[in-house]
Amino acid sequence: MSDIVISVENVGKRYTLSHKNNGERYTTLRDVIARQTAAPFKTIGKKIRGWSGSNGSHPQNSSSSHPKNSVENFWALKDVSFEVKQGDVIGVIGRNGAGKSTLLKLLSRITEPTEGRIRIRGRVASLLEVGTGFHPELTGRENVYLNGAILGMSRAEIKAKFDEIVAFAEVEKFLDTPVKRYSSGMYVRLAFAVAAHLEPEILIVDEVLAVGDAEFQKKCLGKMHDAATGGRTVLFVSHNMQAVSVLCDRGLFLRGGCLAYAGSVQETIDLYLSTFSKIMESHEFPDRRPGSGEYRYVSASPAREYFGGAEEKTINFEIQRRSRSVGRMWLSAHIVDSAGTVVMQCDSRLVGTWIEDCERVAGQFRFTTPWLKPGGYRVDLNICVAGPLVDSWEGACSLTISPVLPYLHSASQDVTQHGLIFADFAWETGELITDSRSAAMQRNGEASNELHRQTSAA
Amino acid sequence: MQELVIEPGRTAKNYWSDLWRYRELFYILAWRDISVRYKQTAIGVIWAVLRPFLAMVIFTVVFGRIAKMPSGGIPYPILVFTAMLPWQFFSNALLETSQSLIANTNLISKIYFPRLIIPAGTVITSLVDLSISAVLLAVLMACFRFMPDWRLITLPLFSVLAFFAALGPGLFLTALNVKYRDFRYVVPFIAQFGLFISPVGFSSDVIPEQWRLVYALNPMVGIIDGFRWAICRGGTGQFYLPGFLVSLITITVFLLIGFRYFRKTEKGFADVI
Repeated sequence: MSDIVISVENVGKRYTLSHKNNGERYTTLRDVIARQTAAPFKTIGKKIRGWSGSNGSHPQNSSSSHPKNSVENFWALKDVSFEVKQGDVIGVIGRNGAGKSTLLKLLSRITEPTEGRIRIRGRVASLLEVGTGFHPELTGRENVYLNGAILGMSRAEIKAKFDEIVAFAEVEKFLDTPVKRYSSGMYVRLAFAVAAHLEPEILIVDEVLAVGDAEFQKKCLGKMHDAATGGRTVLFVSHNMQAVSVLCDRGLFLRGGCLAYAGSVQETIDLYLSTFSKIMESHEFPDRRPGSGEYRYVSASPAREYFGGAEEKTINFEIQRRSRSVGRMWLSAHIVDSAGTVVMQCDSRLVGTWIEDCERVAGQFRFTTPWLKPGGYRVDLNICVAGPLVDSWEGACSLTISPVLPYLHSASQDVTQHGLIFADFAWETGELITDSRSAAMQRNGEASNELHRQTSAA
Repeated sequence: MQELVIEPGRTAKNYWSDLWRYRELFYILAWRDISVRYKQTAIGVIWAVLRPFLAMVIFTVVFGRIAKMPSGGIPYPILVFTAMLPWQFFSNALLETSQSLIANTNLISKIYFPRLIIPAGTVITSLVDLSISAVLLAVLMACFRFMPDWRLITLPLFSVLAFFAALGPGLFLTALNVKYRDFRYVVPFIAQFGLFISPVGFSSDVIPEQWRLVYALNPMVGIIDGFRWAICRGGTGQFYLPGFLVSLITITVFLLIGFRYFRKTEKGFADVI
């Protein structure tokens, strides 16, 4: 009993959304006054319209006639209960908007819950952002003290750790330079260094490891690992499943503001990955799609809910004849990323696959390379003949690539952020010896790009 | 080990102990504001001095020379400047305080602390400006060979009063500003208007006797009279005690309203800012 340090009971947090000014949370008094003075006239106007119009046959109109002013309650968290034991290292995962940040904000007392109760035993430090309160005009030294105090360290504590912090951040030379002259890397390093030297009993961390260069990131992970293994209680939010699986021993999976699962970290991650996008499975009416419509896709779905980046990705589909035959057809698939870029076009003519006329066709579309980057992709499927397009199914299904990177070594976000796809690549280096006879650079051009050629037909 | 309970409406219970626990953050934020203020602009200090000085010159010319207002034997520049001191403090403090929460949005949305320390720290910053201007006043008094007497030791008392006079409306306005951003326009208006309805350019003795009590509803009347009394050897005439008490009551009422409104809205700041 006594080793439970955080207990959360039926906690909920409600936000009131005003659709009047979406995007901006604050209002101006001018707007409020304008709305209040206009309101009586509007109700009168509504009544007049109501009387002169058809006798109440559109009841829904009265509410939808002012959608701009409507107020909506939104539960960012609802009925969340869990317990955290002393020394637990918990990964909180979930998609964007699942309530992770709200939960952390409640635990760190930035905002109050609407209902429920949280009990916390021990000193909490929350790290929701790196460098909170850093002031560009102040020097590095001053900012260490400022930021330390903001994160809850006492002056004496900061003083005792000052040298360690500076050494960790590798900014000794620039201590008395205002941080506005720092490079962004130095800035982040210093900010994280302060945070990394917090020694609370409970540490709450929100997605802050995604900063700095890879080398520094490794150091941060190491520091987090020390915190995690040092018997400290840690709550850690991240989208980086690798980091979560390495650091945490338990997981909390939030979905739509509710606690969907709490258990071992591996199970939680598996569950999280398996819930990835089933969004586009909805089968619309095939006959409404563009195309002449003699043949239509009737189903299309990925063979698995998510694929690893380097795995073979398979999409199963079925085609049905709707009316007459049109002769030899070919198929084409477009893979479109979340930004709308067509990453690849796969036309069956290139691999010599054609469909002859028949009633029903079942098939598979498979590819292994390129390695797709993590995320969701849209698959567009087409049936073509020489002439008009037969069927064009935009968003026939979606393809989800798991966030676990296909590379052996862990990496930070910035080493993968550029480029559309991942490649199967290698770096080989050797010392260049100036002696001309043995000058050599080892080179084994082991191109592993075997062409996967598949034919698919009924 | 201390147990912390978080539930709706709970923050109220350990508010004061929290405020005490976060005192170090309070110091350091006040220190940040002060050091940034005088670091950013080389003329930061000059600016703090120049504004009241220029205003003093203008007021001396307009009220002293042209309108020939009575000054009770005190050199007119000194009469004006002793009032300029608390007035500048009040209007600066009000202006900065009303913006303080918005200026610290990043802190409020990422860190927990009793929000009161932000506006309170901002008023403290303005006290630094006040003490810089006070040095200028000392120079001015030396030029006029005008010596204060024992009453000068009561000056800190009136400064504290000025602090609370600025804090009350400041708390109210900054909390309103979080939700309604156009309240920022109210403050320059108060500052401009208040300069003329407060006895800055003239002595409050010129107010007809029957109106003086009403006039003292303006909290700055009591404070300015107090400053003059303390610095100018008892001021221009009798110290008008009933008026001072009325000002004291107004200050208290404003402080209570401001504080209560602040406390009421405080827990929602992180959600709406």
